[in-house]
Amino acid sequence: MPITEQQAREQLDAHIRDMVAWHFDPETGTPFWLERVQQMGFDPRKEVHGYQDLKKFGEFEDEWLRGGPLQRWIPRGLAGKPIYVFETGGTTGIPKSRINHEDFRIDYSLFSETLPDEYFPKGANWLMLGPSGPRRLRLAVEHLCQFRGGICFCVDLDPRWVIKLIKKGWMEHLEAYKQHVIEQGLTILEAGHDIQCLFTTPKLLEAFALALEKQGKTIRSAGIKGVFSGGTEFTPQFTRFAVEELLDGAYMTPTYGNTLMGLAASKPVGPEDGYKISYYAPQPRAVIEVVDFDDHEKVVEYGQTGRVLLSTFTKEFFMPRFPERDEGEREPPYEKYPWDGVSGVRPYRGFASTTTVGVY
Amino acid sequence: MLHLPILRWGDVYKSLDVDTLTHFMTGQAVAEMSRANGAMVQRDMRHAHKARQALRDLPMDDLLAKMHQAADLYLTATLNLGDQAQSPEDFVKIQSATTGLPENMCRANMKKNHFVLQNMPSILDALTRGLDLNIIRKGFGTEPRGVPLSYQAQSPILGMVLPNNSPGVHTLWLPALALQIGLLIKPGSAEPWTPFRLIHAFLQAGLPKAAFGFYPGGHDVGAAVLAASQRSLVFGGEATVQQYHGNPKVQVHGPGWSKILLGQDEVDHWEKYLDVMVESVLLNSGRSCINTSAIYTPRHGRAIAQALAERLGPIQPTPPDDPEAKLAAFTTPSLAEAINQEIEGDVKAQGVTDATAKFGPRLVKHERCAYLRPTVIHAASPEPAVVRREYLFPFVTVVDCPQEKIVQAIGPTLIATAITRDPAWQRELLDAVHIDRLNLGPIPTTRLNWRQPHEGNIVEFLYRSRAFQFEPDALRL
Repeated sequence: MPITEQQAREQLDAHIRDMVAWHFDPETGTPFWLERVQQMGFDPRKEVHGYQDLKKFGEFEDEWLRGGPLQRWIPRGLAGKPIYVFETGGTTGIPKSRINHEDFRIDYSLFSETLPDEYFPKGANWLMLGPSGPRRLRLAVEHLCQFRGGICFCVDLDPRWVIKLIKKGWMEHLEAYKQHVIEQGLTILEAGHDIQCLFTTPKLLEAFALALEKQGKTIRSAGIKGVFSGGTEFTPQFTRFAVEELLDGAYMTPTYGNTLMGLAASKPVGPEDGYKISYYAPQPRAVIEVVDFDDHEKVVEYGQTGRVLLSTFTKEFFMPRFPERDEGEREPPYEKYPWDGVSGVRPYRGFASTTTVGVY
Repeated sequence: MLHLPILRWGDVYKSLDVDTLTHFMTGQAVAEMSRANGAMVQRDMRHAHKARQALRDLPMDDLLAKMHQAADLYLTATLNLGDQAQSPEDFVKIQSATTGLPENMCRANMKKNHFVLQNMPSILDALTRGLDLNIIRKGFGTEPRGVPLSYQAQSPILGMVLPNNSPGVHTLWLPALALQIGLLIKPGSAEPWTPFRLIHAFLQAGLPKAAFGFYPGGHDVGAAVLAASQRSLVFGGEATVQQYHGNPKVQVHGPGWSKILLGQDEVDHWEKYLDVMVESVLLNSGRSCINTSAIYTPRHGRAIAQALAERLGPIQPTPPDDPEAKLAAFTTPSLAEAINQEIEGDVKAQGVTDATAKFGPRLVKHERCAYLRPTVIHAASPEPAVVRREYLFPFVTVVDCPQEKIVQAIGPTLIATAITRDPAWQRELLDAVHIDRLNLGPIPTTRLNWRQPHEGNIVEFLYRSRAFQFEPDALRL
């Protein structure tokens, strides 16, 4: 049963009150926030009643996530639980770390509801062709597959090595590494495991489809019905190219997400609106806002461009108002997601020249 | 607004990803260009053989006649570029707007391309040493003296990663088409104009559209073009040259380090050769690899530098539509600033003098672009770093060096103009393998005879002469 925009807002505010109560309670709270609240000059449990009040926190700085001790991010309420650490960045220097207990499973279980069974059949086996290592993605996709009743076959790709190869100009090594990854994927696909669903990044999807084409096959004729793609920048043109020339009728859904936020689903994408890709955060667990480049407290008008401001509110992680390294256009709510979304996501212009994106 | 689409072996494809091309002075958008992706190039390579076949289907005389006709269309006609017509004057204006090159230089480059296209039969005659072009087309034949010959194309297409902003280089690849090799072009981001207009001139002249691939895009497209092509031309800096050095699939064009070398028998008459020096440094705003970046002389170095400075130093930037404009703008001002800083550092070295210093600041900054005014340096020996510099503006170092040390000191040299009548030195220069094109006599380094190979013979790059024997009764081709 769809909810209204008003109901969505009330749900979000209630959820934020619960999360603030949890993270700032000395019994259950997160050591980082409990320490920080001493300097903040206000008591969030008394003064935060909903999303708008989060401005009192100022902006979340991702630098806080670099280095240890990691334990300061584990809520006391989760003491003794098995904890994962997932990393983002880290090609050079210290990566950002986020603790996880169950969040990745919850995020991907929720995301599972957005996948059409026709193309992602329940019980189908998956191939995960993409970054693993310290990233959340491999475990998350594997959980998604398991949650839907299948078994996930995995091929690793190390994005930090890919970025290093590019920076060093070792393009032959880059090509060889890509082929190494693709060959492993082809081998698994041909091994009789009845794989029907694929997770991969846009660049690997291209390479995988071209490799199949050389064998006289397509993604669809090789047995893949649904492709879930993400991990790097995803453009309407790439989607169009994939739909028109690579997928041969297999279904593809783009996603936008990262270790800090979770996973935003996409509104269905197609030629009718120029393959525009609009993402909606999994509210109330996470919120996306598109804000003015110079004034992050000001949300831009619908259709206008601004910086992506992310917030995450789960029992494992409280991250209010983090200016992401991306920009895009503000999208209006729609029936399935009665809250703001973002389209045209691309690297934030302030960092774009120093960021290596969309390469793996 | 004019849109430059992708041409997938002639088929127009408008991408949802577009790059906007802007006027270097005003920042105003003047055109947009579809952006391809690497996988598109890779996929389309399945049809590359059709590009060659379509050209091979044309009789040789017909192909050359159509190229001749295309030369005139390119230079004089209003061409239909898909959704917009473009007159030659439109072309000049828009090319100048995105590259920063003065309009008079855009016109000069048009004439250069026109000349090469019009004279293709004699250029090919020179490059093939008089081979009957039908032997190239058929793949085999017999010389008049009865010797069988076979030439085998090494690739159905020539891949090209063209430079960002140098409209002067396109003459290099034009012979490929006459050799029935298709074109797979990744145009420069600010200078797609020449290949795009040339392709439309070829199409209007009746050449088959299947012969033309035009894929604007980013680095992934360039990498895909090079990976997919058995033969490619790539343009870039020193790093690019190093990257592809020794790769038989790639002919790389980078810095030229072209030079004028004065012999001790002629150097006392150096004033006679000042015009040659000025033209060699200044033509095309010094942007080409064929511009002179150093002048080696056994004596009078300081006086030569001063005389050159008197001629070049007063030159000021003028608007791009000034018919007398001599300087091109740097559309990325930070590049001009970085070059200026490097020169300022270099001239602090011992024995190095900036002969143009008295003519005012080298760097002229505008809101969205910058200019570097001509610079003449004098170096008392070949040791200082400045001697090996080459920049995209009129910049030259006059180097004092004894004649007997010049050949060894100059290092890699695309074009050497040697002004000497000394037979022993001429022999030494002729034998120097690090000199590519040797001009003996006062010929500006910028003045190319198109009947000579440039940085490698494109015929030898695209075709292999291989052994071929046949019994006449057995031949069915």
